Amino acid sequence: MKVGVVVFPGSNCDRDAIHAARLAGAQAEPLWHEDPDLHGADAVILPGGFAYGDYLRAGALARFSPIMGSVREHAERGGLVLGICNGFQVLAEAGLVPGALLRNASLRFEHRWVRLTVTRRDTAFTSAIPPDVTLLMPVAHGEGCYTSPDDKLDALEARGGVLFRYVGPEGNPNGSARDVAGVLSERENVCGLMPHPERASERLLGSDDGLLLLRSLVTSAGQRLAAA
Amino acid sequence: MSTYRFCVSVMPKPGILDPQGRAVEGSLPHLGVDSVHEVRVGRRVELSVDGASEGAARAVVERLADELFANPLIESWSVEAMARPALEAAR
Amino acid sequence: MTVAERPPRPAVAEVMHTPLHRALGLTDHELGVIGGRLGRAPNDLELAMFSVMWSEHCSYKSSRPLLRTLPTSGPGLVAGVGENAGVVSIGDGLAVAFKLESHNHPSAVEPFQGAATGVGGILRDIFTMGARPIAVLDALKFGDPSSARTRRLVSGVVRGVGGYGNCVGVPTVGGELAFHPSYEENPLVNVMAVGLLEERDLTRAAAPGPGNLVVLYGSATGRDGIGGASVLASATFGDADPQKRPTVQIGDPFAGKLLIEASLELIERGLLEGLQDLGAAGITCAVSETADRAGTGIRLELDAVPRRETGMAAFEVMISESQERMLAIVRPDRIDAVVEVCRRWGLPVAVIGRVTDDGDVTVVGADGVELARVPASALTSDAIVYEREGRPPARSRRAPAPGAPELAHDGLPERGMDPGAVLVSLLGDPNLASRAWVTGRYDETVGSDTVCGGAHGAAVVRIKGTAKALVMATDSNPRVGALDPYLGAVSAVAECTRNVVITGARPLGVTDCLNFGDPERAEAFWQLTEAVRGIADACRALELAVTGGNVSLYNESAYGAIVPTTQIGVVGLLDDIGRLVHPVFRAGSDVVALLGESTPGLGGSIYADHAGAVPDDRPPGIDLARESVLQALLLDATRSGLLRSAQDVGGGGLCVALAECCLWGGIGADLQVTVGTAPAVELFGESPSRVVVSVAPTAWDALRSLAAGSGIPLRRLGLIGGDRLRIRLVGEGATGAAEERGAGVADEVDMPLDVLRRAWESGLPRAIGEAG
Repeated sequence: MKVGVVVFPGSNCDRDAIHAARLAGAQAEPLWHEDPDLHGADAVILPGGFAYGDYLRAGALARFSPIMGSVREHAERGGLVLGICNGFQVLAEAGLVPGALLRNASLRFEHRWVRLTVTRRDTAFTSAIPPDVTLLMPVAHGEGCYTSPDDKLDALEARGGVLFRYVGPEGNPNGSARDVAGVLSERENVCGLMPHPERASERLLGSDDGLLLLRSLVTSAGQRLAAA
Repeated sequence: MSTYRFCVSVMPKPGILDPQGRAVEGSLPHLGVDSVHEVRVGRRVELSVDGASEGAARAVVERLADELFANPLIESWSVEAMARPALEAAR
Repeated sequence: MTVAERPPRPAVAEVMHTPLHRALGLTDHELGVIGGRLGRAPNDLELAMFSVMWSEHCSYKSSRPLLRTLPTSGPGLVAGVGENAGVVSIGDGLAVAFKLESHNHPSAVEPFQGAATGVGGILRDIFTMGARPIAVLDALKFGDPSSARTRRLVSGVVRGVGGYGNCVGVPTVGGELAFHPSYEENPLVNVMAVGLLEERDLTRAAAPGPGNLVVLYGSATGRDGIGGASVLASATFGDADPQKRPTVQIGDPFAGKLLIEASLELIERGLLEGLQDLGAAGITCAVSETADRAGTGIRLELDAVPRRETGMAAFEVMISESQERMLAIVRPDRIDAVVEVCRRWGLPVAVIGRVTDDGDVTVVGADGVELARVPASALTSDAIVYEREGRPPARSRRAPAPGAPELAHDGLPERGMDPGAVLVSLLGDPNLASRAWVTGRYDETVGSDTVCGGAHGAAVVRIKGTAKALVMATDSNPRVGALDPYLGAVSAVAECTRNVVITGARPLGVTDCLNFGDPERAEAFWQLTEAVRGIADACRALELAVTGGNVSLYNESAYGAIVPTTQIGVVGLLDDIGRLVHPVFRAGSDVVALLGESTPGLGGSIYADHAGAVPDDRPPGIDLARESVLQALLLDATRSGLLRSAQDVGGGGLCVALAECCLWGGIGADLQVTVGTAPAVELFGESPSRVVVSVAPTAWDALRSLAAGSGIPLRRLGLIGGDRLRIRLVGEGATGAAEERGAGVADEVDMPLDVLRRAWESGLPRAIGEAG
């Protein structure tokens, strides 16, 4: 089962994502943004970083990279896509997940460890996560405040589209509406979240909770492959 | 006493590197555009000021532009008076 | 016609009524020496080149003779002083590159860009050697935290460090933050970067092979940083519009990231003969340094340099400090591959010259007209050097030598002292309090290698695919340096290496950044001389090499000079990450002990700042032989797995060190401390070579024999447990037998951890007005 990690100019968590995807049991390779070929990737990760320096708006320029057409087609075919941090911002700008990410409420870059609840375990991104656990992983961003008009937020929640929320004493690091940390597309095959599961994939580094998310992705993609 | 509305445009000074403008320009080929060049990206601030005259109100804005909105070391600014139709309508 | 043959143009001088060389910052003497180097008078372009290359910042003309006295060789050192960064082998075919650098003056002018370009610059020094940058540490010094100026500087510098480091994806894992009035007009921004490389990828900044191509890649060249030399422009071109002469260098971390990836790819694919980054003095510096190192020359085609602006004069192109540019030496048969890599990463690239065998830097303009020709060595290795004069101040409070008899301390400002209240006050001091307000702005975990950040002592970064980890720290002791610059430097080296050793890591080498005043002032030069002597003595005693560093002089204003500030950076190797020791109390009923013993002297301590120092009190001295034995003992103890925790005793003394261990571990302790001379010295004195350790009760005897064997005193203090920090004072000095005591004096510290935590967490935000 192969995970393709897109590399935009300015992506800087791509190597981390590849390393963590391999820990989760997948074959993982980088996908250069200029090449529209996904090279047989069964699942695609848009990693964290500062694609195009986050200039203009985070993700605004990256969404026009040649590879994004293929990512969109892959998603339309039901393929799995995970956007982490900057990757989430790119997905939002591209309209592949709902909502927008604004500057943090504190107006400052925030790096800290946060705790997430998992609202559903019946998705491709959460199937391997045990019940009643919270996930500990770091955030590192200046523009992670999730925003959407109230009616759209209501609709999102109603269809179970809010997949992760900030909880616990660690709190909401960026002022996101309704403590939203991660969301699902309508077809539930595209997920975007601001925290970094690939940085929480080894106990040595502080937490391996992120590996649960990545294992879910790898297992689900593998099942879809087998079913195909 | 009247209320006047202004907009302040803040741009990188000529000769100063504008990484934003350069990155935006570099991305345009991905949108199939190759006729655009010399892109510079700045900020725009709109504000209403109470003053005895437009000149007095403008003086306040110029001071804010120089001391707060722009970094005079690397940015230049300009002030324009604006009409206030939207706010009038809201009243 | 060569430049030497062409008749000199009427000098700009005649138009301006000021000799051009003086307007460019060169002295009459220097002009004469330049004439000697060239065998003729220099033209305007050559003068501009000399003026930047012979500046203090580029030539180290005041400090070179001193720096030659540093120990610069050691086992495993594969690149050292004189290269862009020091590089040390760590086995498995890997090596570590690291260096400290300053960007003080630009940060005072424009704090965000000054700090950002400071980070960008030191990162380039690392990856130009072939190393992938893996960590940044920032050492920042500011003036009074309540002043508007300081607050503006703190905000801008922190945003600048974070803005660049976060964007390029290098974690900022540690640093130092200190406030002292002497830095009010002259903040210090010293940045350390660490990188990892395969030894076979080690790349040097030399231009070998006459006939090879000289390639410039990265951002286009604009007018950044030209400043002082703009006098040439105004006279020559008549357009003196300040709008056209920006002096602030703007950093673009996005371009910086692309530069890192492109450069490492070029190196890993073996496409380069040499690589140099462009920093101060831009193209002039890069070509002269690389040519000089290889003993070759470089012939530059000026028109080939990609420019960002139109109408740039020759001197502007040659000395521009536009950021994110690299100079590569490329064999002609490899140029196509090099160009392909640069294009793929979106970086402008151009062949701007060739390597020659004549030893000169030759600048050629349109139609092959020679505009300048200067021996490369004259601009670099053979630049002018000064033997400045140093003179100690009339009065000084230097530390007593090891073994000198103790002085009585009748006048200690501690009558009526409540140690608990003093502890709370110290923990809330912005120099000791939690730095979370700053570190929360930095991405500490990008790279997925950070085992622990520098919030609790040294930072630890693991090396994927091995059991190894790198431990890194930066320290300084300017308060002691103000009284005794020699001791300030010695104790900074001792403390920084100690901070690394207590984790179980073996120091690989030392990098230094010397921040001092005007070297033409005898007292300031004496301070610099003393500091260099201190670094040399400490490194020799600890058997470590100085792998490289930086000197920043002229840090003074009309209000005075900064206190002598010797910033030290150390990287250590931990062979087995499983053996890592943290400075954090872990388990109830573990035994707490102090290795080492306190010596008198409160001069230069933070306690003295709070309580008021006795006028003639001196800083506590250090015994380097003892320190060396202590560090060896610690490495033994950590390797044997004896220690559950180890924390260096530094600012705020033993009491603060104990409080830190409790707060960071979330667990209290019940301890007692024997007071010899005076409680203040025992609890808050900052005498060096002391470490607070904790061990499992079953390991206590083993630790005792290890310590006894080394001759380092080991004193049991008590046990971990509870939710309070309790320290009872016992012994002769505790009851004030030697002095009067007022009523209501506590002979103990007995504080709930919550109270200490509140003081520690709020100290910094409150001081800089960011609370709430």
